[in-house]
Amino acid sequence: MDTRDLRVMANRIRRRDLRAVFEAGAGHVGGEMSVIDILTALYFHVLHVDPDKPLDPQRDRFILSKGHTACALYVTLAEKGFLPKEEIETFLQPHSRLNGHPNRTKLPGVETNTGPLGHGLPVGVGMAIAAKLDGATWRTYVVTGDGEMQEGSNWEAIASAAHYKLDNLTLIIDHNRLQQGARLAETNNLAPFAPKLAAFGWDVLEIDGHNMDEIVDALSPDRRNAGKPLAIVAHTNKGHGISFMSDNVAWHHKVPSEDQYKQAMAELEEAAL
Amino acid sequence: MTALAKETKLYDCRDAFSATLVAMAANNQAIVAVCNDSVGSSKLDGFRDAYPERLVNVGIAEQTMVGVGAGLANGGKIPFVCGAACFLTGRALEQIKADVAYSDTNVKLVGISSGMAYGNLGPTHHSTEDFAWVRAIPNIAIVAPCDNIETAAAVAFAADYDGPIFLRLSRTGVPQLLPDDFEFALGKANTIREGSDVTLIANGILTHRALAAAESLEAQGVKARVLNMSSIKPIDEAAITRAAEETGAIVTCEEHSIFGGLGSAIAEIVTETCPVPMKRLGVPGVFPPTGSAEFLLDEFGMSPQGIADTALELLKRKA
Repeated sequence: MDTRDLRVMANRIRRRDLRAVFEAGAGHVGGEMSVIDILTALYFHVLHVDPDKPLDPQRDRFILSKGHTACALYVTLAEKGFLPKEEIETFLQPHSRLNGHPNRTKLPGVETNTGPLGHGLPVGVGMAIAAKLDGATWRTYVVTGDGEMQEGSNWEAIASAAHYKLDNLTLIIDHNRLQQGARLAETNNLAPFAPKLAAFGWDVLEIDGHNMDEIVDALSPDRRNAGKPLAIVAHTNKGHGISFMSDNVAWHHKVPSEDQYKQAMAELEEAAL
Repeated sequence: MTALAKETKLYDCRDAFSATLVAMAANNQAIVAVCNDSVGSSKLDGFRDAYPERLVNVGIAEQTMVGVGAGLANGGKIPFVCGAACFLTGRALEQIKADVAYSDTNVKLVGISSGMAYGNLGPTHHSTEDFAWVRAIPNIAIVAPCDNIETAAAVAFAADYDGPIFLRLSRTGVPQLLPDDFEFALGKANTIREGSDVTLIANGILTHRALAAAESLEAQGVKARVLNMSSIKPIDEAAITRAAEETGAIVTCEEHSIFGGLGSAIAEIVTETCPVPMKRLGVPGVFPPTGSAEFLLDEFGMSPQGIADTALELLKRKA
C-alpha cells in the first residue's frame, strides 16, 4: 500500500475502533488513536504475515506490548484477514476471543499475551535471538507506550538487545506523552528517549508518529544498520484525530457519551474525505 | 517400585541436569539455554563450551531472562531457562504467568539451588515459596526430582514435553534412590516403599529422608509407605487417595513453606476424597535461621528421626 492508501486504512481502523469502544462501553481509546497509524504502517506495508499461515516459521513477529490498546490491534488484524470483521462486535463480550488484552492462544496473529507492561520487549529480544540462531531473515517489531518505558524490564531488554547486536529487532515507542494517571513529564519523565537509547548502543530515529510518510520511511530497510537494534521514537498524540480527546489525559480509558461519540465519528469521517 | 539399597555416594543433581542437557542438545538443534549470570551455579559450563552460540546469558536480569525464553520458544526453540530458584520465580513471577504459562509457550524453567540449599545465605536466598507461587498459575507443570536418576529423566521428559514446565533442582547432595532404568511420568507418584500403617510423602531432597524414616519405623513395628511425589502439578490424586484409604494417616515432607506447597496440595486432595489425620512438615511460616540446608531440615523436624517421630505421634490420632 502506498502512504495515501495507508492513511485511508488508518482512518478506517480509527472509526471502527471508536465504534467498538463505544458499543462495548470500555476500552483504551486514547492510546488506540495514538498507535493506529503505526499499526497500519506495520500491517499493510512492512510485516510479512499471512492470515492463511499465521504460524509460518518465517513470518515477521509483531508484539503490541502496550496490550491495553488491544482493540486497535483486533481491528487491524480483522482488516488484514486474521479474523472476520464482524467479530469486532464481540469485543469484551462474554467468551469473546477479543479480550481486553491480546491472547495468542485464542486469536491467530497474536504472538504473545500482553497486558502487564514491560513484557513485550524482553520477549521480542528472545524472538530476535531465535532468528539469529537460525540465520533467518524474519524480523521482530515491538510497540511500547512511553509510560510503559518506566518498567525496568524494558531497560534490561534494551541492554540485552544491544549486547546481542540484534539488528533484526525494531522497537517503536508510541510517545504520546500521557500515561494513565497524568502526563509522563509529571510522573517519571523519561523523555527524551533518544539519547538514553543511543547511550545503550541503539540506533534511534525520531519521527512524527502520525505522518505516514515518516513512519514508512523509518521502517524502511534503508534505515537499519548492521549490528545495532533500531528504536523509533514516534511522537504521537493520545486521542489523535478527535479534537476533544487529543492530548487530553482524561481519555486513557474513558468511554465517550453518545454526543461525544457522534462528534468524534463526524470528525474522523471528515478527515477521511 | 522398590528403592535401591543403601547408597553412600551423594550426587549433586545439577550434574545430572547439565549432562542430560548437553547430551540432548547434540541431537536437537532447538535446545538452547538461557541464564542470568548463572553459568557456574547452573553448571552450564559444559553446555557453553559445546554450544556457545546456544547459551544466552542475559546477565543479572531475571524478568528479561524469562521473557527472552518465551521469545525463543516463539521462534521454535526449546529454551531451558536456568537461575537460582528464589530469583527465577520471585523476580520473574509475572513473566512466568503472562509470557510463559498464559501464553502457553514451550519454556522449561529450571530453578537451581531450590529450597534452603543456600541455607547460610539467609532467607533472601531461600526458595521456600516457589511451589506456592507457581502452583497457583494455570498451565505450568512443576517437578521436583528426588535424585540424580530422576533429575536426568525429568530433564529429558521436559525437552519432549510440549508446554511450560518448572523443574526444581537442589544443589544439596542426595543418594541415588531410583534404579538406572527409571522412567519419569508426569503426574505419577512412585511408591518407593510399601506400607499399610502410615504414608510418608516427599519430593526433592526430602524423599531419601522419608525413606530413612520409614526404615526406622519398621524397626518399631510400624509399616510406613513412602511415596516420591516429584510432580506437584499435575499431582497424582489417585495415589494420594489410595494412601489415605489404605494407610489412614499421611505425613508430608518438603523443603518449602508448609503453606502452598506439597503438603498443601496433598491436603487439598485428602480433604475432598478421604479425610484422614495429616501432618505437614516443612518451614512453618517463619524465616529460617542461619545454617546449612541439612541443619535447617533437621531444625524443622525433617531429620529421619524427626519424620519418624511425627509419624508415631500421628498414629495416635488414627481412628
